[in-house]
Amino acid sequence: MAYSITAGGRVYQFADLRTLMAKASPRRSGDELAGIAAATMEERVAAQMALADLPLTTFLNDSLIPYEQDEVTRLIIDSHDAAAFAPISALTVGGLRDYLLGYDCDSSRLTALAPGITPEMAAAVSKIMRNQDLILVASKCSVITRFRTTIGLPGRLATRLQPNHPTDDPAGVAATVLDGLLYGNGDAVIGINPASDNISAVNRLLVMLDEVIHHYAIPTQSCVLTHVTTQIEAMRRGAPVDLVFQSIAGTEAANRGFGVTLALLAEAREAALALKRGTVGNNVMYFETGQGSALSANAHHGVDQQTCETRAYAVARHFQPLLVNTVVGFIGPEYLYDGKQIIRAGLEDHFCGKLLGLPMGCDICYTNHAEADQDDMDTLLTLLGAAGVNFIMGIPGSDDVMLNYQTTSFHDALYVRQLLGRQPAPEFAAWLAQQGIMDERSRIQVGEQLPLLFANALNRLGSPGHHGGGKAA
Amino acid sequence: MIDQPDLTDPVITNPWGMLRRLTPARVALGRAGGSLPTRPQLDFQLAHARARDAVLLPLDFSALGAELAANGMASLNLESAASDRASYLRRPDQGRRLSTTSLARLAHHRGRFDLAVVVVDGLSSLAISSHVVPMLLALQPLVEQAGWQVAPLALVANGRVAVGDQVALALGARMAMVLIGERPGLSSPDSLGIYLTYNPQPDTADSGRNCLSNIHANGMSYTQAAMRCDYLLREALRRGLTGVDLKDDSDPDVGVVGANFLLPGR
Repeated sequence: MAYSITAGGRVYQFADLRTLMAKASPRRSGDELAGIAAATMEERVAAQMALADLPLTTFLNDSLIPYEQDEVTRLIIDSHDAAAFAPISALTVGGLRDYLLGYDCDSSRLTALAPGITPEMAAAVSKIMRNQDLILVASKCSVITRFRTTIGLPGRLATRLQPNHPTDDPAGVAATVLDGLLYGNGDAVIGINPASDNISAVNRLLVMLDEVIHHYAIPTQSCVLTHVTTQIEAMRRGAPVDLVFQSIAGTEAANRGFGVTLALLAEAREAALALKRGTVGNNVMYFETGQGSALSANAHHGVDQQTCETRAYAVARHFQPLLVNTVVGFIGPEYLYDGKQIIRAGLEDHFCGKLLGLPMGCDICYTNHAEADQDDMDTLLTLLGAAGVNFIMGIPGSDDVMLNYQTTSFHDALYVRQLLGRQPAPEFAAWLAQQGIMDERSRIQVGEQLPLLFANALNRLGSPGHHGGGKAA
Repeated sequence: MIDQPDLTDPVITNPWGMLRRLTPARVALGRAGGSLPTRPQLDFQLAHARARDAVLLPLDFSALGAELAANGMASLNLESAASDRASYLRRPDQGRRLSTTSLARLAHHRGRFDLAVVVVDGLSSLAISSHVVPMLLALQPLVEQAGWQVAPLALVANGRVAVGDQVALALGARMAMVLIGERPGLSSPDSLGIYLTYNPQPDTADSGRNCLSNIHANGMSYTQAAMRCDYLLREALRRGLTGVDLKDDSDPDVGVVGANFLLPGR
């Protein structure tokens, strides 16, 4: 079905819904690369006006990617909750924006609404929202998940401690884990991106993190971010898997590019649930996403990258994850060209995910071939903190020495906690206080004296017979 | 009344500086309040400035060709459909295809090969100029021992990983091995990656490849990378596949230099 509108004295025609959505998207290099972006600024606003007039029910009847061709579309349609949708069923996209901004639309109402909203509705409304709208509405959403910590409570901000090392060397990983813990990071997960997907190497990292978490009685969970099939194999061999990780996308074909299907994800979740390793809850999945992945896999069906991204959240939602992380600036300038585009995309992803009921975090990041820098990341970090992001990354000095990109540092987490008065997850905050690492105002306490447990670990580094010496040894 | 200057250092240093021996990561930076002190802040800015400059540095292909020749390796110079660095960065589709002239050139070298080795500048010319020759020399004896038929070595300017599929197809090789400069990091602007693809096709998905990354001075050594490549190549050619169904099950302990000091009795 075609859509048309008169704007600036001109009639604009849009051949179908996906064309309208693509043209209404705020400018980004990925949509331009795909050849689906608005040709002029006026055409973009015209598309936004046409989109604003569209009844929300349109999205239930007109699939951007055909139901018969795509299991993600089938999941979206088949799992739509008509009762939850009822309060907004008579609204247009523009009406939904106004509704979401209303004083009456509070946290409990948004929670009740989430199963009635499809990814396409969320993407559509985000396209006609300014950054402040994305921040305000997201800040009203509450999504709380649990494993060994409780993530997403009001006034809290968690971090993934990301102790990556270029060769997965245990001493090198341990060094970063210790640094991160002493800077109060690691309550969302201690999650390693391994340099190799060698099964035994992955298993060794899983065992190592499990032993550290138990030895120091740290209320947190671990994850080794390798392909889901490798994690299933590791679990089959008896490895201590807390969270199952997988990168996901918003189309069946893009997921095939990642080597996953909904059935495979379900199998992995069942295997992790069977291990019963959570203490305060059983959200066992950790998903990562990012705008541009479908186009990168040539699997976007002419749908704009922000809408594809939001469809990935339908996949995530189905598996009740502990954490969903949009890795916003990792993909590179072909998809998000500069700081402005990365900031906008990060706010959109966080908003759309929260609106759909997901525990959204953000890898606030950029690569060295993008037109972005630390100032841009500070801006996005501050805005996402204000928007109530559930978790961010924490690495030493913003420099990931394995993945070769820049994300938020341990210090960045302290900054945003201090600025906005956010605490770590309650279980982890109690542990930090007990160890003398952080006080109740989220201020780091560690000075010249290390907490006793950790002082012992450092002493071992100097003791004979312990091969802690790495590269320089 | 003027306040006396406060002579205490506002920077709180970390007593775990010895951990820097164990990782190239920026650990034990200290803090001013909870924030990054001035010195590491500016160190970071310098590293970022250098990495930005490195992305734009072109690879000297004639010098590389000469160095390869001096080591007994003849090579073919090719280019992708991306005509310059700017279009390379914005148009990944062009970087995945050969230019028409390069494709035509390969037709003269078509044969029946087990392996096509393709060197691609990618995002780090420094990775190629620093590591490709020693990496190929480390691989050479393993390839010779296995008795594989290897196609003429191809060098591609402004290319992405998938350009190797097209090269291997045009040369008539069952398998593509792409050596490519990875995105430059602040601590490793010269990181080399190797991608292995069995039966490369124009529509090969990334899940159909196996990857070794972080080959550089602080990362995987040439020997480790060569051993892993050897394992994966043998398994790929034996089983007729690469990608998520081919797991690297080779000896995992190669390259482990330090133990986890966080636990007692290790």
